[in-house]
Amino acid sequence: MKKLGLFVTIICGAILLYATGEFPRWGEVRSPASLHVSPHYIKYSVEETDVPNIVTSVLADYRGFDTMFETTVIFCAGLACFLLLRVFGRDDELTPEEEKGIFYRHLPTGIVIQFKKEDVEIRHKDFEVVDSKLVPYDLIIKTACRVLIPFIQLFALYVVAHGDFSPGGGFQGGVIFGASIILLAIAFNLRSAIEKINEKLLGILSALGVFIYAGIGWLCLLLGGNFLDYGRLASILPVDPIRARALGMLGVEIGVGIAVMAVMIIIYINIASAGRHDEGL
Amino acid sequence: MMTTDNVFAVLLVVTPLVCAFFVMGLHWVDRRWCYPLAVIANGISFISAVEILISVVKHGTIHYRLGGWRPPIGIEYRIDLLNAVVLVIVSTVALVNLFASYNDISRELPEKKGTFYSLYLLFLTGLLGVVVTGDLFNLYVLLEITSLSAYSQIALGDVRRGPFASLNYIFIGVIGASFYLLGVGYIYIMTGSLNMADVAHLLTRLHYSQAIFVAFIFCMVGVWIKMALFPLHIWLPNAYTYAPTASGRVIAPLMTKVMVYVMIRLMFTVFGITYLFKVVHISQFVVWLASVAIIYGGLMALSQNNLKKMLTYIIVSEIGYMVGGAWLGNKLGLTGAILHIINDAFMTFALFLAAGNFAYRLGELTLDNFNDIFSKMPWTMAGFVVAGLSIIGVPPTCGFFSKWYLLLGAFAARQYFFFVALILSSLVNAILFFRIFEKGLFGGGGHHVSVRGEIQEAPVNMIICLGLISVGLVVLGLYAGDIVNTFIIPFIPQGLG
Amino acid sequence: MQHIFQEIMGKYNYWLYIVLMMIGLYGMIAKNNLIKKLVGMNIFQTAIILFYISIGYKKGGTLPIIEIPHGHHSISPAAIDIDKYINPLPHVLMLTAIVVSVATFGVAVAVALKIYKEYNTLEEDEIRMRLRER
Repeated sequence: MKKLGLFVTIICGAILLYATGEFPRWGEVRSPASLHVSPHYIKYSVEETDVPNIVTSVLADYRGFDTMFETTVIFCAGLACFLLLRVFGRDDELTPEEEKGIFYRHLPTGIVIQFKKEDVEIRHKDFEVVDSKLVPYDLIIKTACRVLIPFIQLFALYVVAHGDFSPGGGFQGGVIFGASIILLAIAFNLRSAIEKINEKLLGILSALGVFIYAGIGWLCLLLGGNFLDYGRLASILPVDPIRARALGMLGVEIGVGIAVMAVMIIIYINIASAGRHDEGL
Repeated sequence: MMTTDNVFAVLLVVTPLVCAFFVMGLHWVDRRWCYPLAVIANGISFISAVEILISVVKHGTIHYRLGGWRPPIGIEYRIDLLNAVVLVIVSTVALVNLFASYNDISRELPEKKGTFYSLYLLFLTGLLGVVVTGDLFNLYVLLEITSLSAYSQIALGDVRRGPFASLNYIFIGVIGASFYLLGVGYIYIMTGSLNMADVAHLLTRLHYSQAIFVAFIFCMVGVWIKMALFPLHIWLPNAYTYAPTASGRVIAPLMTKVMVYVMIRLMFTVFGITYLFKVVHISQFVVWLASVAIIYGGLMALSQNNLKKMLTYIIVSEIGYMVGGAWLGNKLGLTGAILHIINDAFMTFALFLAAGNFAYRLGELTLDNFNDIFSKMPWTMAGFVVAGLSIIGVPPTCGFFSKWYLLLGAFAARQYFFFVALILSSLVNAILFFRIFEKGLFGGGGHHVSVRGEIQEAPVNMIICLGLISVGLVVLGLYAGDIVNTFIIPFIPQGLG
Repeated sequence: MQHIFQEIMGKYNYWLYIVLMMIGLYGMIAKNNLIKKLVGMNIFQTAIILFYISIGYKKGGTLPIIEIPHGHHSISPAAIDIDKYINPLPHVLMLTAIVVSVATFGVAVAVALKIYKEYNTLEEDEIRMRLRER
């Protein structure tokens, strides 16, 4: 197998390298790639869509259809992770003997107590449930994350909203927001993160995000234009068609952000807990 | 002639997409509406596809600009006769499969029904999108949607072997898609455009460029990996055998045929006949490879004991027919290849439907299990017999006519190895199927191993679907001449021999 | 000699990324552990993404965000110099490709988890041996 791999990679590499002889030099300003379609984007982005960030205007407007399917790809991945891994109910016969039962940690002293029978429950503010004896007691990490997470989320919202004028956009903002919830799951434990956002809400949010995108496209279709032709939104919004394009772009970016956030969290939860949603990393 | 703003072009692709989200949302709210909504979405796609076909036949190629931007600034949907026909095939097979798979899904995956139908609709969206687009990068994105959905569905199958087969498929599929992306990258560096028609125009000046040659090779190899042309087929037998029954029935007929469509589109619309047959002299090698694929598929099918695995090797053989036909370089060969796309999709679907019926009642699909099955499951066996005859190539079933065109084309192009391979393949298929017919019809006193209790005929909806498709095979055969004249001949570019 | 040196200086980005791609491809084909194959897949796809992005670079160009002079609301197309901004199209295409790569990786890890649950090993030859035994 190794010889076959070496053979295939050397052949492919040689063929690819052979073709680079004809490529324009790196950084060449007058290459065919820079002279054919891109000048239109660079010159007319502000005039036709009122958005200075050319990458966002191409992503969400000129080639907006590609972006809708890209969001669908990420939705498909979240759906697949759920479908493949999710198991309902616990399989008690697989846990080893010394890990059975519930573990409580006494917060002032840090001692961990294990109850072998599961019909015991302690409800006192000094005791918290921990996943197993191995979870260390880390006050510093918990406090630091508790302070940081709201700012991370605020920054994520900023990235989504300001994507028209600075590097950013729906994907970037959505990933940052999802990362903040994952940080919550890592610093505390998976159960408390799931309590805050349960899987039903995540499933509906991920579908909602892509549905916003397709819905805006449908709206443009119903208003008489082609699919995703945001200029038609000017008939229901009190702005001129050029500005309507920028607003349409903002709408789809928000949809993309919601979908990406939800899917990132779904993928993390399902993979980290192997589908059982009880303990994580 | 151009018809702009034909709304069915976008309705076709977006309806299953939006309904996939609704189905996913409904899974959490009220599970009983998932299946009806999936059927409605599929039905709307089917109606749109038929509308588009009628419109293309009457008015010519349809162009639809997404976002209202003219190509190559924006993305364009370009539907001519070839697309329109493949669209109808895809939506029909998916719709009939949905009717036939209600029982299987209720039994195999009851608590995840809604999410499974959502994935199914996404698979349909991806396939329809691949067929209808006119932009090279959009094709890559939709291909990845299709592939992701297929990977996940296959991993849901047989508990022991499904995930491993799926992971192998993931690795090889990613190599294929990435090769295609590399090829598109090289084309972009040299021409600066991603729209198929625009690239075709720009490539006429770049025929002797090394980079374009390498781009062509990588695009072709990527597409060949995805369609499982020998020797890049190693993922296909395991992946299709161990998929869940309902998924295997829709992935097996459609995925490889759509990739054959992509190959024909790249060959004849983007690169052009002059480039293929006058500048780049690899057609001889490809026809030879296709002949080897046909023979290899046949031989491997002979040695299989499991019915489904035998059918997957028949698919490998059929891919050889289509690739060889397209690369023969004459009108007859291309006609045969396109006609075979239509026929083979339905033939393979009929075979997998029958296999699904058997699996539903028998459980184990080893060939020894088929003794005297005709007395217990007559309708299913009848459908299986018709489909088998079609694969062998017996008139008046449709399989005969596409083989006839391919044989004529091979003879006209003097590709005798391909000609002999086609005839040998018919013989091998005859042996394969008559073995099963004999066991099923005449093998007496069989001891059946079944995990599903009493062996009786399959449920009514599954029989109706099988009957519909089997009758369709004969109808397609009877109307083969009309199909060729209305849909295929006008598509073939001028200048082909 | 100078001609070769100029070739290298002009094309070394493409060569680097092609070598990286081949390293990833080798990992995917030749390694035995499933996770190592996944890492190879990730390297392969990332190298393709970097290859595309290097297409868009222009010497002396800056980020593709139009600088609107302070105080104005908009800027006319004639006042924009296209040589000053790098090519935005490869970046857009690669945003999509990155998302596709992440999604495929997620699904592949989920499938690998399922394999681990069934066989309790992630070495490909052991899994094949067990499949043959059955």
